[in-house]
Amino acid sequence: MLKIDNLHARIAGKEILKGLSLEVKPGEVHAIMGPNGAGKSTLGNVLAGRPGYEVTQGSVLFDGKNLLELAPEARAAAGVFLAFQYPVEIPGVNNTYFLRAALNAQRKARGEQELDSMQFLKLVRGKVKEMGMTPDLLNRAVNEGFSGGEKKRNEVFQMAVLEPRLAILDETDSGLDIDALKQVAAGVNALRAPERAFLVITHYQRLLDYIVPDFVHVLSDGRIVESGDAQLARELEAHGYAWVRERTPVEAGA
Amino acid sequence: MTVSVPLPFVQSMHDAALQRSLLPGSGLAWLDAARADALQAFAARGLPDQRNELWKYTSLRALAQRVYAAGDGEAASRAVDAVLLPPPAVQGPHAVFINGVFRADISSLDALPDGVTVQSLAAALRDAPEPLRFLLDRRADDDDDGFTLLNRALAADGLILKIAPGVEVRDPLHIVHLGLAAEAATAFHLRSLVEVGEGARLRIVEHHVGEAQTGHLANIVRDISVHEKARLDWTVIQQAGADATLLRRSKVRLYDDAALDLHALELGGKLVRHEIRSELVGARSRFNSRGAFVLHGRQHADMEVLVTHRGRDSVSNAVWRGVADNRARGVVHGRILVQPGADGADGSFYNKNLLLSPDAEIDTRPALEIYADEVKANHGATVGQLDENVLFYLRSRGIPLETARRILVRAFCLVVLDGMEPASLREHCEALLAEQLPEVSA
Repeated sequence: MLKIDNLHARIAGKEILKGLSLEVKPGEVHAIMGPNGAGKSTLGNVLAGRPGYEVTQGSVLFDGKNLLELAPEARAAAGVFLAFQYPVEIPGVNNTYFLRAALNAQRKARGEQELDSMQFLKLVRGKVKEMGMTPDLLNRAVNEGFSGGEKKRNEVFQMAVLEPRLAILDETDSGLDIDALKQVAAGVNALRAPERAFLVITHYQRLLDYIVPDFVHVLSDGRIVESGDAQLARELEAHGYAWVRERTPVEAGA
Repeated sequence: MTVSVPLPFVQSMHDAALQRSLLPGSGLAWLDAARADALQAFAARGLPDQRNELWKYTSLRALAQRVYAAGDGEAASRAVDAVLLPPPAVQGPHAVFINGVFRADISSLDALPDGVTVQSLAAALRDAPEPLRFLLDRRADDDDDGFTLLNRALAADGLILKIAPGVEVRDPLHIVHLGLAAEAATAFHLRSLVEVGEGARLRIVEHHVGEAQTGHLANIVRDISVHEKARLDWTVIQQAGADATLLRRSKVRLYDDAALDLHALELGGKLVRHEIRSELVGARSRFNSRGAFVLHGRQHADMEVLVTHRGRDSVSNAVWRGVADNRARGVVHGRILVQPGADGADGSFYNKNLLLSPDAEIDTRPALEIYADEVKANHGATVGQLDENVLFYLRSRGIPLETARRILVRAFCLVVLDGMEPASLREHCEALLAEQLPEVSA
């Protein structure tokens, strides 16, 4: 589904990703861990197409197609979803309006019938129930005045409505207390499906107690330096990232 | 340019004044004298220039080169396409002006309740001019500028509207200014009066609509009084024609416990200005203003919101939004002046602006002057661009860039419709905003 090969990317002239390779198949959950500055969020942003990131080398194929040449909205229509580390507030735009505009834009881009407001309301109310959200969420402006936990839950809720094929969670656990973390994880787990893959970017192992990954990759200085199963995350927790660096010395200036 | 060669605009106004014996009320000694005085003062002062603090960012250099006919001789009989009138959804009693002339034949004022008096200025001057003497028999003073003087010299029509004490007018009264193509670009000067009596309640919806290529100039001056415990809701929906010039001065007086809520959508016109001088003379009087302009091409809009607190515990708050694309130019000037004696006054002015093009410009100036005690006053003004992070957020959900920009600009402006009633009017305004925004460029 997703094939990243020797990806190099920079922002503001500074190289962050330095030859990252990764393959994700449908139904898999991959965790990307690593210390601050390793390039975790850059990976998520490059995949989603955030302006300002420049890919200088390598390729990213999504279903065999070059993802990097697509505009962010086209990537979304193709099935890529980024749950933001810092979801933005959009005063004056309510969640229902926003989600309907998003879903219909994606459907239109895929050549599917757009949903009328009745069809959409039915769908979105069902998702509210499924995800255990309070219905007043639908009438509130997108993320405006939301707590950190509410914002992250709203990201997962949007994911539930948009049903992406590849969901990238960028430090969705950051700033959450344990209850909020469990709620977010439960939401994500409910969306796990054979045709859907996840890339869970996190600094801490804690989230992976609740979203158990099939694979764990350690990102350091712009490359994946170690891969394993869920056990790897627990070892990292025990030993710290320095442990990985000792085991796999990074070439200087690579 | 030398003094001996009058500007084409000024010359055309003096030419128009040669025919002022044809104006309604001509022959009344006091009115003739007031008109002559105003004309003389205009000859001496000319057009306002940018040294005038209230015209600092609005250049009249282009306007000064234009000439305008004195009036549209056909205005009283021109056929009107119904699509130019406000849609049925917001329709109610309405007073229609075509090229500056009140048209009883296409107005509909019968449904107004007892206690409401509506008359055109032309009819009032013909039938009973004396009660208007307080309004029209004035001499040039420091508050006048070239346009108020021209208005006093040349106003041929307007609306005189009085609501008796205690009368509540349920349906909004629509005042429609419609510009239709004429033989020549025409200047019309309208002088209006609105009196909302003690405890009365009125909603006015003021529409400015124009055929695309009508380059008329409308120069409107009005006095609005809201008496004790009265309330006026005033909505302005300005969609003047693309080549229209629209200059307005509204002088508002609010007495004890009176309230005025203004909502303004300024979408059309080439050169558009509204100078709102709101005097909160009464204790606990209240003035809320919310307005937005959305400008394209080379449109120029200048909103002067000048609030003077004189009454104790008087309250004003203003929320204005400006959007400028292409080479458009916007000006927002919000001034709150708290006079001695207005203790406990509470005034605020907030203005945010969006530039959608590197060639667009918006100048915003909030100003506070306070001469009383225990006063609360706040102001803030920003000029910025659409937030790239927010744009990316929308795009990452599948919303194309153009749509994302429209959604954000619309949301930016929608806040000014808060509190607008009835709901059908608000929906109409939301739709107008949405219509205006497809033009927002990349």
